[in-house]
Amino acid sequence: MGLTSKLGEMGVITVRLEDAVNWARTRAMWPMLFGLACCAIEMMSTQASLYDLSRFGMELMRPSPRQSDLMIVAGRVTRKMAPVLRQLYDQMPEPKWVLSMGDCASCGGVFNNYAVVQGVDEIVPVDVYVAGCPPRPEQLIHGIMMLHERVKQEHISDWA
Amino acid sequence: MTGIRDSAWEGDLEQLKGLVSERALTGETMVLNMGPQHPSTHGVLRLILELDGETIVNCTPDVGYLHTGIEKTFESKRYEQAVVLTDRMDYLNPLGNNLAYCLAVEKLTELDVPPRAQYLRVLLAELTRINSHLVWLGTHALDIGAMSVFLYCFREREKVLDIFEMVAGQRMMATYFRPGGLWRDVPEEFEPAVRDFLDYFPAKIDDYEKLLTENPLWRDRTQGIGYLSADDAVRLGCTGPTLRGSGVNWDIRKAIPYSSYDHFEFDVPLGQHGDVYDRYLIRIEEMRQSLRIVRQALDNLPSGPVRSNNRKYVPPPRSEIGHSMEALIHHFKLWTEGFRPPEGEVYVRVESPRGELGCFLASDGSPRPWRVHFRTPSFIHLSALPHMAKGHMIADLVGIVGSIDIVLGDCDR
Repeated sequence: MGLTSKLGEMGVITVRLEDAVNWARTRAMWPMLFGLACCAIEMMSTQASLYDLSRFGMELMRPSPRQSDLMIVAGRVTRKMAPVLRQLYDQMPEPKWVLSMGDCASCGGVFNNYAVVQGVDEIVPVDVYVAGCPPRPEQLIHGIMMLHERVKQEHISDWA
Repeated sequence: MTGIRDSAWEGDLEQLKGLVSERALTGETMVLNMGPQHPSTHGVLRLILELDGETIVNCTPDVGYLHTGIEKTFESKRYEQAVVLTDRMDYLNPLGNNLAYCLAVEKLTELDVPPRAQYLRVLLAELTRINSHLVWLGTHALDIGAMSVFLYCFREREKVLDIFEMVAGQRMMATYFRPGGLWRDVPEEFEPAVRDFLDYFPAKIDDYEKLLTENPLWRDRTQGIGYLSADDAVRLGCTGPTLRGSGVNWDIRKAIPYSSYDHFEFDVPLGQHGDVYDRYLIRIEEMRQSLRIVRQALDNLPSGPVRSNNRKYVPPPRSEIGHSMEALIHHFKLWTEGFRPPEGEVYVRVESPRGELGCFLASDGSPRPWRVHFRTPSFIHLSALPHMAKGHMIADLVGIVGSIDIVLGDCDR
């Protein structure tokens, strides 16, 4: 109504289903509220006032894996936590993505020892790695934008 | 109501004996698993709760989900390399951890620290305290249901992080303190930036108080919850705001001053009731006192070097290396082999935002520590949690967990 009166008749847009669905998925990705260590604090900063992740439709952090489609692994994954993380990943509904935030989650970082899993990609498939110890909020946002670009290129044939 | 036998408990029942009462085994009370993935456990804490309806009968913390093996990793790093690891223990108090470790190394090697470095250490440690309390306040209020406070706290936190970035080049993990002093002197823009913050921040603390202190909902959710008597607090080994909330006057900055804390005037706020609300009031007041210390440190900042000139332990400045053969040799020795402190054991404690942070260091005379142990306040406070939680509703548990301000990285390391 308001839009039509302002801009006139807008007509019909034709778009491929693939593009429309991918566009919609990038505009409302719900990350899981899942903090492990130091990076979780920077993830909170990214959510909060100055960096404001809600600009990208991501203000809703869901504490339940059943309601989220993006897992941001923020921090070091220990051997005790690894099975829990895998279970959480399995509980997320498709489609789902994993972003490995920080050096520890990506490759073990400074902790090359008995306790830390040397990269979360040993237990879950990772879409985007963000380097840094911890990464700045800008870096995390950059990682998320990269993930969006990646999602936009997904094909309908791969969905099934 | 389901007992353990009916519920989807996957663990070994034998392990639970002693942690839950006999009533749980008959199905009279319910055993509930809270965490490690839970929005208000501040990381990866797991609590095994035995519930009678909504009332907590037993509460057993299960820690170790963030056990990183930091103490073991220390043994394979040289003394000056290991500073990097201390930041990542209690990640809300990186500079405080640096301070505890550096003080321990300095005690072991009997290094002297120039006054300017000591003042800057105090200044930055207090800013870190403010930083940590801001995260605590934001998340604690968020847990209890006051969302907006979180956004305000993180807005102010960015200002402190900007100061850290200015001096150290990193927002959070600064690694700015080194054995014998600081990494480098602060830049020129440091003083105006801190003064800006000092002018800006007091009004913001008042804003938080307006939102919470007199708020009837906040008071209902926090007053009389998580009571800890002074005797129990001492008996359970509590320190920091958790202990002072119960009215015990014990602050390591006053009792055993380190890094020239005895040069500064500040008050130690004490609580009367030992509940969640009093611990909240104390941390708010501590932020004001920290500002006082920062102001004094900045006003009386001595000039001079920021690193000890004991070349056996502290590398020479870059400018000397170009024309002094001796400096070049010292530099080469320190960066290839590291320094060798005398044999011995030391224990140093500092007041972290959470309580007493102790660093035990054992040296066998080699360039790497033989054993490092950290006495971390979060671990001790977590062992006091069951005592505080018993008899309360499950919804109050998140408030109690928030009020002892645990950081799981600090607890499990």
